[in-house]
Amino acid sequence: MNGEPAIRFERVGKRLGGRAVLDGVSFEVRRGEIFVIVGASGSGKSVTLKHMVRLLTPDEGRVWVGCDCISEARGGELARLRDRFGVLFQGAALLQWLTVYDNVALPLREKTTLSETEIEARVMAQLEALGVADAADRHPADLSGGMQKRVGLARAVILGPEIVLYDEPTSGLDPVTSRRIDDMILEMRERHGLTSVVVTHDLHSALAIGDRIALIDRGRLIEVRTPADFLRSDNEVVRAFLSAQYITRRGAWETEMGR
Amino acid sequence: MWALRFVLSRRNRREVLVQLFVTGIKSLGVLSVVAAFIGMILALQTGLELRRYGQEVNIGTAVTVVMVREMGPFMTGLVIAASVGAAIAAQMATMTVSEEIAALEVMSIDPVRFLVMPRLAAMLVMMPLLTVYTNVLGVLGGAVVGKTQLGVALPAYFDNAIQFVRNKDLYVGLFKAMVFGVIIVTVACQQGFQASEGAVGVGVATRRTVVISFLTILAVGYMITRLFYT
Repeated sequence: MNGEPAIRFERVGKRLGGRAVLDGVSFEVRRGEIFVIVGASGSGKSVTLKHMVRLLTPDEGRVWVGCDCISEARGGELARLRDRFGVLFQGAALLQWLTVYDNVALPLREKTTLSETEIEARVMAQLEALGVADAADRHPADLSGGMQKRVGLARAVILGPEIVLYDEPTSGLDPVTSRRIDDMILEMRERHGLTSVVVTHDLHSALAIGDRIALIDRGRLIEVRTPADFLRSDNEVVRAFLSAQYITRRGAWETEMGR
Repeated sequence: MWALRFVLSRRNRREVLVQLFVTGIKSLGVLSVVAAFIGMILALQTGLELRRYGQEVNIGTAVTVVMVREMGPFMTGLVIAASVGAAIAAQMATMTVSEEIAALEVMSIDPVRFLVMPRLAAMLVMMPLLTVYTNVLGVLGGAVVGKTQLGVALPAYFDNAIQFVRNKDLYVGLFKAMVFGVIIVTVACQQGFQASEGAVGVGVATRRTVVISFLTILAVGYMITRLFYT
């Protein structure tokens, strides 16, 4: 991991439906780190994530990916910048009429000139790595939530992106499956050295996997800290967020001891 | 030419074939019933009037001209808008609200090329063919009513039917059908892509697609008729 930022937000502001959903947000995501954005529902977490891949364009400020300004990129340049990302959407966003295999093969078929034999080898290897090879011929609707997320991740990383964005990866999942998804995110970083940005309201998950945690509240960035510092923070908004998830200072001490 | 190249390219061929099946084959059932009844109604209404002047033998002309010029493409357009157009809108809207369209954008896969173009290509091929099918069934439906209700012999009906229909009627009718196909796909995809969050948004997109398609088909159909026949 080096100090050069993979993503940089520069005083980003966004209004949707007449309401400020992001207000002067600035932060950096370092290469190779797992950067977790937490906050209550409607605080602006997912909006922040969508700005990183230009699914939304900021009204004010700029978003940088490495040395390139994605918020002002057009056409081919935007496509080239987006190619550096893989995104795991909240509901996995798998194409429902395609099988698991075809979903994961889609980026390879659309964006490479690989033969069908090469595509099959890469897709099956990826599905094996994520433990969903048995589901290759099934359709997304036949899979559990956890399996859909793993297939979504397989599709997100099949082209070898530098940065993976996870939008609420554990939402709607039981605690055991949630921990498996957390392990998968850690494993992706260990195995491929990926930069990861995780948006979640699951603070336990954030503390377990994050190198740094950012709290967004009502469109404003409150703090960016390591998990240990985040737990010790005196900021009122951070303390309220922690106590809402039953994490007290004593709990913080216990968590730190556990790490 | 672009359409032909698009259809024949390897990565689009499969999806275009699926859409040809969905647009064409799956619509045949309802279209057959509608076409036959339209022809039968036309034959009965015109036949009863013509009988007063002893001219019921001319229902073949009346049914065929009206079917080929107007009712064939028009009824095909309405049926396809209500069935295929609504289905396209619901699918696109569901994909929008479940972030599948966003996933395509992030993968730099153009949703227009990936989703709209195969449907448009299939519609451009299928609408004229379905219109010919509607015309034929409508004329046959009229022949059945002519024979059974009005006592018009089949040879006389078909002689009249063929005698007064010009090539121009057929070409303009098929041109209308293609324009209606473009309207249906464009409206359905545009409404689907604009859907807001949730199941309500899917319903709104579907309803708007049917209403806007119907009204546009009516207005554009009138304009094409006026352009070619006045």
